[in-house]
Amino acid sequence: MYFVKRLIALPPLLLLISLLAFMLVRVAPGGPFDRERKPATPEIERALRAKYHLDESVWKQYLRYLGGLVQGDLGPSLKQRNHSVNDIIAQALPVSATLGLASFCFAVGVGVPLGFYTAVRRGHWTEMIGTFYTLLAVCVPALVVGPLLVIVFAVKLGWFPVALWTSPLHMVLPVITLGFYFSGKIARLMREGMLNVLPAEFMVTARAKGLSDFKAWWRHGFRLAILPVVSYAGPMLADLLTGSFVVEALFQIPGIGSFIVNSALNRDYPLITGLVLLYAFLLIVLNLIVDALYAWLDPRVRYE
Amino acid sequence: MWFLPNASGNLPGAFRVLLAACLTALLLPALGCRPAAPRADLTIANGAEPESLDPAMLTGQPDGRVAFAMFEGLTRFNAVTGAAEPGLACAWDISSNLLTYTFHLRTNLVWSTGEPLRADDVVYSWIRILTPEVASDYSGNLYYIRNAEAFNLGKIKDPAQVGVHAPDPFTVVVELTNPTPFFLELCAFHPQLVVQRQVVEKYGDRWLKVRPLPVSGAFELVEWRLEDRIRLRRNPRYWDAANTGAETVDILPGNNATAALNLFLTKQVDIIWDKNLIPSDLIDVLRLRPDFHFFDFLASYFIRHNVTRKPLNDVRVRQALSMVIDRQRLVTRVTKGGESPSSHITPIGIPNYTPPEGTPYDPPGARKLLAEAGFPNGSGFPRISYLFNSTREHERIGVEMQAMWKQELNIDVELRSMEWKTYLRAQSDLDYDLSRSAWVGDYTDPNTFLDMFMSDNPNNRCGWRNPEYDALMRKANGSADSAVRERLLQQAETLLIKTDNAITPLFIMAGFNMFDTNNVEGIYNNLRDMHPLRTVRKVRPPRKD
Amino acid sequence: MPYTHGSIRVCVMSKPAEHQSPGARAWSRFRANRPAYACLWVLVILLGVILLLPFISSQSPTRLTDSLSQGPSSSHWFGTDTLGRDLLSRVVYGSRISLLVGMVGAGVSLVIGVLWGAIAGYLGGKWDNVMMRVVDVLYSLPSIVFVIVLITTLEGMAKEFLTKTISPDAAGLVRMLFLFVGLGAVSWLTMARIVRGEVLALRSRSFVEASRLLGAGHARILFHHILPNIAGVVVVYLMLTIPAVILYESFLSYLGLGIQPPQASLGSLIAEGASQINPIRIYWWMVLFPASLLVVLLLALNFIGDGLRDALDPRGSREG
Repeated sequence: MYFVKRLIALPPLLLLISLLAFMLVRVAPGGPFDRERKPATPEIERALRAKYHLDESVWKQYLRYLGGLVQGDLGPSLKQRNHSVNDIIAQALPVSATLGLASFCFAVGVGVPLGFYTAVRRGHWTEMIGTFYTLLAVCVPALVVGPLLVIVFAVKLGWFPVALWTSPLHMVLPVITLGFYFSGKIARLMREGMLNVLPAEFMVTARAKGLSDFKAWWRHGFRLAILPVVSYAGPMLADLLTGSFVVEALFQIPGIGSFIVNSALNRDYPLITGLVLLYAFLLIVLNLIVDALYAWLDPRVRYE
Repeated sequence: MWFLPNASGNLPGAFRVLLAACLTALLLPALGCRPAAPRADLTIANGAEPESLDPAMLTGQPDGRVAFAMFEGLTRFNAVTGAAEPGLACAWDISSNLLTYTFHLRTNLVWSTGEPLRADDVVYSWIRILTPEVASDYSGNLYYIRNAEAFNLGKIKDPAQVGVHAPDPFTVVVELTNPTPFFLELCAFHPQLVVQRQVVEKYGDRWLKVRPLPVSGAFELVEWRLEDRIRLRRNPRYWDAANTGAETVDILPGNNATAALNLFLTKQVDIIWDKNLIPSDLIDVLRLRPDFHFFDFLASYFIRHNVTRKPLNDVRVRQALSMVIDRQRLVTRVTKGGESPSSHITPIGIPNYTPPEGTPYDPPGARKLLAEAGFPNGSGFPRISYLFNSTREHERIGVEMQAMWKQELNIDVELRSMEWKTYLRAQSDLDYDLSRSAWVGDYTDPNTFLDMFMSDNPNNRCGWRNPEYDALMRKANGSADSAVRERLLQQAETLLIKTDNAITPLFIMAGFNMFDTNNVEGIYNNLRDMHPLRTVRKVRPPRKD
Repeated sequence: MPYTHGSIRVCVMSKPAEHQSPGARAWSRFRANRPAYACLWVLVILLGVILLLPFISSQSPTRLTDSLSQGPSSSHWFGTDTLGRDLLSRVVYGSRISLLVGMVGAGVSLVIGVLWGAIAGYLGGKWDNVMMRVVDVLYSLPSIVFVIVLITTLEGMAKEFLTKTISPDAAGLVRMLFLFVGLGAVSWLTMARIVRGEVLALRSRSFVEASRLLGAGHARILFHHILPNIAGVVVVYLMLTIPAVILYESFLSYLGLGIQPPQASLGSLIAEGASQINPIRIYWWMVLFPASLLVVLLLALNFIGDGLRDALDPRGSREG
């Protein structure tokens, strides 16, 4: 029932977000058609604005936008003028989603075991290595990691392509670059969650009952320990699925992350509003899934 | 396994799950990728993703390079010199008063889809760009044609009154308002490229999505995936198709200079031909390589002074500020790419024009002027700022000049770095003191650099209005004698850069490209940075026999 | 209720000291944690250098010299940047700004994020729903647009105001102030989600129920029973927020929305160094030194955070 209610609340929430985004981008100075080289007369700029209805009142523009939205049309892009927002999303989202999902798996696949290990082997010298990795991951930005990986594994060793997006091999370096940072974050959260449950009474009991350390940790501890990671996973997956500006720029990947940043910088009003809506939709749905996961992982969580 | 906390059990379930997750992570790529298309004959790193390939809409240099490959005008750019040569028109006559051009079209012209291409198509394309509703950024490039401006502004409704007509299917007659020495070059430029009426009218703004797309130029558009690639294929119906150098071409968009360089070094890309894709930090090393090519470019880097604001409304202050800039130092320490320091805004190399000298480098003279303006040794000088859009190179130039102004004049200039659109808005609203500026010429003539500073030009953007300048410019452009015209333009430029010092030119920009001459041929250096794709080809390996 | 963890001591401390105050006990326990104690000294020394070096060193972070892009030498320990400025002093000045940025981000996320999340999780139901949807909405709005609007529209006004009222020099700080506001505004959202998730799991725990039955008020339950139990997660996430905010600032600077040149921040120095990584020539010192400083600072902060958490943990020390 609770989750049904949340689903019903989704459309009005999206409406609110679209309104806020719609207004916010129009407050920013500069317009989509401002260029270094202005047209010969101001009339041309005026005609251009009229063509895209930017000369109307903001409310009228918004209603017009909603009208299109109802029919599933997110409008034209004002920067990529031969493409509509729908075209752009249809082209770029699959790319970003693939990259994002793979990076998510990498981040979880590395981060969770690492966090687990550094928690249960606390104080051991190998933990120091794990901790060092996680801090390196959160401190050294993709801007540094990506080029280093490219020089070593693509230019010097020639194992992987340096950039572009055509074969599975092209994905390896971007996935590592993007997943590295998140793996560090997940490892820290996982370690903390694990440290919290390790001394708990039920864990001691379980071990007293003769379960091996590992079985006790897994059967009783893991599902509680992973809660902080789950909390973080919602927003993280939404971020990852909608791409990364830096990694896409480093590897020339035709994903959606570069459009999110550039549409804001270009004041491409319909594109930014459309992308915000897409992102909001993903975020809210993922957070809903996260909340459902909570209740499943920890039966004590109640929402009503 | 010493590193596992407890070696007694089997691999625990948690790890099995995670292992599966890792494996999925590795398998996913295989599912998510499109099957790779066979590599094109030529792969080119072209700079920013084109905003549009529609000749009426596009504005950027990278957009233009693709559009020139797909569409052609009455003339086209010569691959070696960048000058106009016969294109769709094989010949033309110019009336003795230089005001009427009669173009004779080739008789064998067809669209890539097979329909004949006739004079009506040329007239349609030109009128289209002047139509107010199309709102083309570049319609101003056709204002030299009689009544074009009035039609573009909606003062004339009937397109037949515009001075471009097709008396028969193979003739285009153009009437101009002024003798325009660069008109043949304009006919090759993108606003005048010829597009097909049927397809534009049928599909509206989405006509470029049509496949097969009818084109008038050397290449057809096969595929256009944003931020991914544009695939072009040779148009066998192009009138000069026999001389087209490549069967297929991939145009890669991208703004990352390091990525482009990596692609080039690993031979994934044959040519880099956008100056923004050359890492400026590496130019000093790259210049030594045989595959790096640089040349003078028809573009100028300069400072706009906001002459409406104190203290910059005083010409002595403007002159003092520009007289302490050591331009040589800027190009040797910061830009390093073979730019020529320049006190004038028009580049050297434009035919029939020798640009005048602007304010010299003279710090003692500058201090004297500043003192005369009421700020001896910089005392009492208000805090002013230097506006630029935030890129590393503009920032470095700003930092250098800030140090020069401080050292020589003892004045503090704050650096104001802004995000692109905010910067543009601040500049056109005159909300700045000093502003970084640059201009790329549209045609090889001083007018493209000078007419923007006329009082009512929207590109003036420094608040400087000088009736004398306007009069000189008008007189120059009305003159049919090229020597008289040159003298008048020189007088105007002197007024702009020295007498009034509304702007301070810093240097003439350089063009760069990278390609291995053992791999690629048909690219020549010219002032326009114009390298028609039709002549570019892979070097054929020498025959074995 | 099968599980009861959370309120009980599991391990007995090695040295029960009845006559010590809780603070002193925590301190002695912290000192016993050797890595944490060592890191405290590292941090103190680093901060000392960062704060005091500008008074000792003769190098200016903005003076241009003729030795462009020189590697480390006796006159420039960290080398020079592409304009010949001394990298050591730029790193030192930059880390002051970045530490400030990181602290503001962490502070906002600590105060607003933790409170917001804790209240939402604790109240649950309708309140939780509304408060978390606010977080979702704010999280969805593009932060770049937000920062652009904030900086461009308000900066001019505030600058004018400050120039008139205080002094022209104060106006230079405006950009940084708005930068802080912008960064703070986006940094607390994930923290709120994480805290709320933890509190949701805690609030129905027996010890919370028990104190509620004993008549404890909401505030007391929240601050005395719930928050101490999630302190660990909060500290850990705080430590993750600091570098994230520092690096986000460099992204904004790159777009022209951050601090104004010729000033630098640790993040923008790293970003500038990163642009020098290419197969032809690497000015390694431009990226290595600023990045190492950030890593060392964070490493120290993390070990201290870890040690502090153990020392303050109501459940006593935890041995793996």
